[in-house]
Amino acid sequence: MKVELRGIHKYFGKNHANDDINLTIPSGTIQGILGENGAGKSTLMKILSGYFHADQGEILLDGKPVKIASPAAALQAGVGMLHQDPLDFPPMRIIDNFLLRTSGDFFPNRKHAAQDINLLMKEFGFSLDPESYVDSLTVGERQQLEIMRLLFLGARVFILDEPTTGISAAQKAKLFETLKKFPEQAITAIFVSHKLEDVEKLCDRVAVLRQGKLVGQMEREQGKPFDNKKLVKMMFGKEAPLAPRQAYSQEGSVLRLNDVSVEDARLKIRNVNFEARAGEVIGLAGMEGSGQGVFLRACAGLIRTVGGTVQVKEKDLTGKSYHVYKNNGVEFLPAARLEEGLVPGLSLTEHFQLAEKAEGLFIKQDVGVKLAQERIAAFNIKGTPVSAVESLSGGNQQRALLSLLRTPLSLVLIEHPTRGLDIESVIYIWSKLKERCKQGSAILFMSSDLDEILQYSDRILVFFNGKVSQPLDAEKTSVAKLGEMIGGRGWQEEPTA
Amino acid sequence: MTTEMILVGLAGVLAAAAPVIFAVIGETISERAGVINLSMNGTILLSAMASFGVAVTTDNLLLGFLMGMFVGALVALVIAFGNITLRQSQVAIGFVLALICRDLSDFLGNPFVGQPGPRLPFAPIAGLADIPVIGTLFFRQDLMTYASYLFIILAWVFVYKTRPGLMLQGIGEKPAAAFVRGANVNRMRYFYTILGGAIIGLAGPTFSLSVKAGWKGTLSGLDGIGWIALAITIFGGWNPLRAAFGAYLFAFLQWLGLVLQPSLPGVPSQVLQVAPFPLMILTLLLVNIGNAEWVGRTLAALPEPTRRFIARGLRAMRASPPAALGVPFESE
Repeated sequence: MKVELRGIHKYFGKNHANDDINLTIPSGTIQGILGENGAGKSTLMKILSGYFHADQGEILLDGKPVKIASPAAALQAGVGMLHQDPLDFPPMRIIDNFLLRTSGDFFPNRKHAAQDINLLMKEFGFSLDPESYVDSLTVGERQQLEIMRLLFLGARVFILDEPTTGISAAQKAKLFETLKKFPEQAITAIFVSHKLEDVEKLCDRVAVLRQGKLVGQMEREQGKPFDNKKLVKMMFGKEAPLAPRQAYSQEGSVLRLNDVSVEDARLKIRNVNFEARAGEVIGLAGMEGSGQGVFLRACAGLIRTVGGTVQVKEKDLTGKSYHVYKNNGVEFLPAARLEEGLVPGLSLTEHFQLAEKAEGLFIKQDVGVKLAQERIAAFNIKGTPVSAVESLSGGNQQRALLSLLRTPLSLVLIEHPTRGLDIESVIYIWSKLKERCKQGSAILFMSSDLDEILQYSDRILVFFNGKVSQPLDAEKTSVAKLGEMIGGRGWQEEPTA
Repeated sequence: MTTEMILVGLAGVLAAAAPVIFAVIGETISERAGVINLSMNGTILLSAMASFGVAVTTDNLLLGFLMGMFVGALVALVIAFGNITLRQSQVAIGFVLALICRDLSDFLGNPFVGQPGPRLPFAPIAGLADIPVIGTLFFRQDLMTYASYLFIILAWVFVYKTRPGLMLQGIGEKPAAAFVRGANVNRMRYFYTILGGAIIGLAGPTFSLSVKAGWKGTLSGLDGIGWIALAITIFGGWNPLRAAFGAYLFAFLQWLGLVLQPSLPGVPSQVLQVAPFPLMILTLLLVNIGNAEWVGRTLAALPEPTRRFIARGLRAMRASPPAALGVPFESE
């Protein structure tokens, strides 16, 4: 299906979120839409998918002007959107997710539906049991489910909003494989992302948005990659070079694990021996749920180890609570920033007041505001001391979390430090983290982005099904090698599943 | 005690549970749509009083029951308007309504206190009533008890087996996803809140025109039942079958207290009267034990097939509330 956007304008108050966007996407192509957070990508896509109405301009599908009044109307016209957080119903079965719609029989025929689902899955090479519950699926599988559901309902244009966030490398490969089947069925895919390398791998064409304007378009020349530098320049208005690798590894052990065993309901991690030195960055790679999350939380004292000893700066903290770890200079930054890391409803000032050691019973307002102003400036947070944290963008929330860390610290444990952030924020956040390393903190982080792990770690631990690899030297390994290992191949000794 | 007496006693349990069944089914439907009707205790009292008043004045039972449904729907409409349209707290509105309705029933019901009124007659079902055991248990009841059986089945089939029922689950679980699937979330929430309210409103007349016929103001013995029904709805995991089971369990425990009293003279009567409540809490804890982290960890030590068997059993018992319960919906 051919999609044409003509002269789209959208205002939010004074903010001109979309400024005269003209974009034509031929039928059966994969169109990338690049841009920083806040560049207007989401707004444009929400207009196309019926969430917002453009203040000016029109939308044409296959040459016919259409009015898209709601997301449901969009789907009827053939436009389906795959949201970053899949819009499914976790406690219900897969089949119920398919049957849940406004039209159809009063008593749906489950047998037929199950057959239809299985047929569709065969076509796209998915294997999900229609009777299983959605909350037992990984994010990647939930995406597959949504893709199938939209296909099932006749979507001919797919909008994918940051679909590679939060899924494993293998699932990403699978997703791309699926999307590459779209053109032969004349299905158009619009791939919204801030990740250059994803767009690079997948898209036939790219459009770049910056500050609400369409600043450039590029088409892939046969067999040639896009000009990366040009794209970055279009996105940011300047070139944003990656910082060269820097190692700040120093003498002295920060974290020592002796024969540590951890387990949760699903997997067991046995007898890990590992030592992290001051200033070192350790990346934990693995598919979602391979044990790296449990491991990280065990290092923070959030999950009790079942065997072995944990030493932080030569002090035995085995079996102690997070509170004790914290007092010994360990901090944990969770992936769910707004749920576990920050307190929604409180302002930045209030966060700093909470994080600092309190003197006396009453809050010293002026001290708090001053502190907030300093930190906001130091961490380049787009916000004011009175901004509520939930009103900040993802990148700024992460900066706020980092700015809350105390000094000095021995060990910082981070889940997905840059998930969902644009390149500029990623670079900024890592520069701040590397500063910590210079001061002698060790960093352990997990990420589903192998490039990130390779770029910023000194050493890498790979997890597969609860098994932990020997530390790999980041300079001597590659994404391909890591990709194999997180899939359970290429281990020195075969991991027992 | 003879078998016959026990059977008649158990049949009494089924009848006594009928109004609680209406209350929990109505509440389940409302909460499935994402709206807590916290006014239930007041609604039951007010509808009991109003329907009794109407039935006495008009000498028409049907009008009495319709009045009960009307009162329930009206209170639910206030909650729906306050929450869905005005976006105010469901808890605050519901709680205040619970108190107001209770006092209103006391105040407005004054003229009817102690008056003789009509009562729903027994209606044994010809043929079925003569089946041994089952007939005595299930089919020598009044119409509302039969209706309570039917409501359980209808509600269960509707929620789990029909397309609109799936959508009902959807709007309470993740309204944004239901909206994308074409649902008018807020209109449907209005509809199901009012429908649920009307069903809750059946509980009142089932008391005042049948189970505890008559109106004695604050002495009617109905105060508090709405709160228990609220707890049973949660215990029932928002599943009509389980909620009904909870209602029957509660009625059974109350009956057991009465029956056991003579044979346990050492136990103060208050203990047996109160026992159903902590027992309900205990049951609640047991069915939701699968949620606890330590259970998962303990199970991990078991051999895999055993673990999976137990885990699946716990998972089937476990219930989580509709994720968007109490959260207003805005389509951006």
